[in-house]
Amino acid sequence: MFPYLRLGPFILPMASLVFLAGLWLGLPLIEREAARLKINASMLSNIIFYSLLAGLVGARLGYALEFPNIYLAKPLSLLALTPTTLSPSMGFSVSLITFVIFIQRKGLPLRPTLDALAPGLALFMVFVGFAHILSGDAYGAPTNVPWAIRLWNEYRHPSQFYETFLALTILLVIHERFPKPEGAGLNFLLTIALSSASRVFLESFRGDSIFWPGGFREAQVIALVIMAISFYWIRKWMNAHSTGNIKPHERGGIHVKR
Amino acid sequence: MTESNLPPRKRRWEILMLVSLAAGVLWTVVSRVPSAVDAPLSTSPSPREGFLAPDFTLDTLDGTKVTLSELRGKIVLINLWATWCPPCRAEMPALENAYKQYKDSGVVVLGLNVTNQDSEKDIPPFVDEFGLTFPILLDRDGSVSALYQLKGLPTTYFVNREGIIRTVVVGGPMNETFIRSKIEALLQELP
Repeated sequence: MFPYLRLGPFILPMASLVFLAGLWLGLPLIEREAARLKINASMLSNIIFYSLLAGLVGARLGYALEFPNIYLAKPLSLLALTPTTLSPSMGFSVSLITFVIFIQRKGLPLRPTLDALAPGLALFMVFVGFAHILSGDAYGAPTNVPWAIRLWNEYRHPSQFYETFLALTILLVIHERFPKPEGAGLNFLLTIALSSASRVFLESFRGDSIFWPGGFREAQVIALVIMAISFYWIRKWMNAHSTGNIKPHERGGIHVKR
Repeated sequence: MTESNLPPRKRRWEILMLVSLAAGVLWTVVSRVPSAVDAPLSTSPSPREGFLAPDFTLDTLDGTKVTLSELRGKIVLINLWATWCPPCRAEMPALENAYKQYKDSGVVVLGLNVTNQDSEKDIPPFVDEFGLTFPILLDRDGSVSALYQLKGLPTTYFVNREGIIRTVVVGGPMNETFIRSKIEALLQELP
């Protein structure tokens, strides 16, 4: 594990740097896929950038809303460079809403646009695994298996390595021409479904799970629900593709609205 | 083409999805851990979030002793610092203000000086300069810094009433808003 990088007086968390590397390498993949699907790649790239920016602002505001009196007393603290004062759920929601609004306003076709995101998203998940390897987060449950690693004073499942391996496998399935369900939007849904399935499987080996009554792991249940929703939409879009029942704005093609 | 008249390939995908979902449900049920409900993430001490804060006993600047485990039931901020470290100096006023504001709510700030990397004679003037009123602990042999696997200065641990580390901040300086928001979050945790 190598959680921090010291550069003179600065101490940089490696996980954050790896996330940035994941974004930096994922964007060209998205642009390439967008071009292949005949979507305006630079427009999509800009939309992703604005969505991430909006997500960052939303994450900070979401955190501040949890402590309104403190932030109202010193509003300039909203600009502080402290990654632990972000609300991930709020950031994700704002980012998603911004993305949807932008692609609708710019007239990009929903399903092919989602497909264009798939390889970049799959690659980013690999970097999430790398980040966990470096930081030691998402650590495994204590175990006696021969391949256990010594981490945080105990022998544990190398859950970060399992996670990275599965993410690489998903990237391979998504990026290469493996047999997949046919139809616009299905590559994206398959990425979500496979990532959720991976979390359902791997969560059992994690040592940092949050438990619900009955001993169910929170992340596992949520991933299972996302997996079920993805399968539902895969079936629906697969059938729409077979019957040709797709609305014009959801099909691929060159779409430019200025 | 109706849904009941789907090509065999699509039918195979449907079956695969159903089987995957059933396997997921089964795995979720089989791998649940009823005994883990309401248990801490880990009872073994380690200097990271979700773990028990490693225990220590150190002398304070005024000659008394402080043992971390004896502060169980209080929210504890452990701030590792040195007099020569600029971000440590920068965040001291914020720590002092937070301590003054929350000490009556059961919040303790421990200013843990990394004395083996510092000069003990420089500490009292530093404390006077910033008017620090929270306990200053002296890690003369560096054993607590080693126990906490110190990566850089300053480093701050926010420990809840059960002795579990909730937030670790490596580097700084922390501002007062940040410190207060983390303390408020710990105060909101049910005892």
